[in-house]
Amino acid sequence: MLKNNEKIQLDLFAAAIRCETLKSIAAIGIGHIGGSLSIAELLAVLYQRVMDIDPHDPKKEDRDYFVCSKGHAGPAVYSTLALRGYFPLQELSTLNQLGTSLPSHCDMRKTVGIDMTTGSLGQGASAACGIALGNRLKWLDNYTFALFGDGELQEGQIWESMMFSAHHHLNHLICFVDKNNLQIDGTTDEICSLGDLKAKFQAFGIFVQEIDGHDTREIYLAILTAKQKNCPSVIILNTIKGRGVSIFENKPSNHNAEVSKEILELGLNEQAEIIKELECAANVCANG
Amino acid sequence: MYALMDEIRESTVDMRTVFCNVLLSLARENKDICLLDADLMGAMGTKPFLKEFPERTFDCGIQEANMFGVAAGLSVTGKIPFAHTFAVFASRRALDQIYLSCAYAGQNVKIIGSDCGIHAALNGGTHMAIDDMGIFRAVPEMTVIEPTDNAMLEALLPQVAAVYGCFYLRLVRRTTPDVYMPGSEFTIGKANILKEGEAATIIANGYCVSQALLAEKRLKAEGISVGVIDCFTLKPLDERAIIQAAQKTGNIITVENHNTKNGLGSAVAEVLCEHSPARLSRLGFIDRFGEVGKRDELAGAMGINADAIYSAVKKSLE
Repeated sequence: MLKNNEKIQLDLFAAAIRCETLKSIAAIGIGHIGGSLSIAELLAVLYQRVMDIDPHDPKKEDRDYFVCSKGHAGPAVYSTLALRGYFPLQELSTLNQLGTSLPSHCDMRKTVGIDMTTGSLGQGASAACGIALGNRLKWLDNYTFALFGDGELQEGQIWESMMFSAHHHLNHLICFVDKNNLQIDGTTDEICSLGDLKAKFQAFGIFVQEIDGHDTREIYLAILTAKQKNCPSVIILNTIKGRGVSIFENKPSNHNAEVSKEILELGLNEQAEIIKELECAANVCANG
Repeated sequence: MYALMDEIRESTVDMRTVFCNVLLSLARENKDICLLDADLMGAMGTKPFLKEFPERTFDCGIQEANMFGVAAGLSVTGKIPFAHTFAVFASRRALDQIYLSCAYAGQNVKIIGSDCGIHAALNGGTHMAIDDMGIFRAVPEMTVIEPTDNAMLEALLPQVAAVYGCFYLRLVRRTTPDVYMPGSEFTIGKANILKEGEAATIIANGYCVSQALLAEKRLKAEGISVGVIDCFTLKPLDERAIIQAAQKTGNIITVENHNTKNGLGSAVAEVLCEHSPARLSRLGFIDRFGEVGKRDELAGAMGINADAIYSAVKKSLE
């Protein structure tokens, strides 16, 4: 269980991820903002609290791995990596500029700290299975974390990989679903309903939890619970696409949207308010 | 160095047996070598690998897309995965996974496609890969190889395992004619100039190399001197060998167990057009689907056997 001040620190890290993501996308004016903002709490918990990683030794053999199968959320992952010291924060402003090391979709050959190349939806799920399998073959006890979009679950490859992961008892594979209910052309229910996701994953032999994906305490606890199980896990994160920037929240059009100077200012101001409240709460904690 | 067999005869050993035996010997030396399949281990004769290395064998079931993704993930952790399925499924069904998770991601995955072209025989047109070489040569950084016979496979497999990167190996499951003496050595990316000639040069790969040599023998008996090149590496292509042949004979005949569009014939045409224009005749599947039949019957029907090559050379000289 996280103490209050520990939770606040993670929430602050999530706010910082949102600010850096907004700034990096604003530098080029357009980008995958919605699905980046929805995963800030997850990234904060993983990279700040859970994962065994070393930004100074990004290829450390026994590190934990993170596969962002919804590869278009690269901007949020890059912001997280920069904040953790994998590369200078200034690099974030090169996002999607010609010759950048930070392309729209995650690319392990270009970005320090990216564990797998993704971008064609569904593929990260299989790669994560392979990474978990490979590490087990090496007798390592590290974990592989994978993140799927909810729209991504419409890809058949996801279900091939889930069947495979259960068959091979990949208990060091913990997957997340960013269930924000939106995809490019509308809501997931309008386009191709996902049905009872929990029951579907369970039927494949997966241990499933469903939580508030913006609650760092719940995320942390769910990961600890998943680590106790002797099978692969899925944690369904109920989230809001575009979370934290009011004009983006819950709008299908936010998948790949313009981030103008005005929108950046609005977003940073909204985050500043959140940060201010968190810092007040932190002071209360510190003062008993 | 390589040496040709005195006479071309059908091998007595299945190519899949050679594949499994050599992979086993490599795996005994290198603990990182893994084998993946999509429910075709029985068909590919790799059950002995499963028996000796169960912990390194992953029969993924009938899910080719997932298999190549898992292979990519294994490679991320330093493993050397050899992933097999029929060539049709590797090249068509799992192309996106091979392209992105394996090649684009810079992984070390060895893609094994079997039952290519006429070797699919009684499985018929649905299972007949005649576009796989063209598909994979369009994938950047992919090395594309069709071993000509068992001796070549035996020599190349250790190189494929030792060199980092994605390789596509187009294999035969059953037998194919023996062309090279056992113990021959080959260099990936270097074509074998098997015969020197004056009137024409036949550039072939796979099964068609044996047919080219048979045609050359008949033509020689008639006093027609033709060259034969085994272009077993489609990519990187030995452009120098092709240019030299064009400059020497000015008359090139390509023959492949593959669609002439995008395969060996196309690759040779690109080199000729850019560097040394010459007369070119392309034998292969002429923009058509495969069909069911026995291998040698299909070779005749598709116009890629020794008779067809003989006729094509004669026609080119008219």
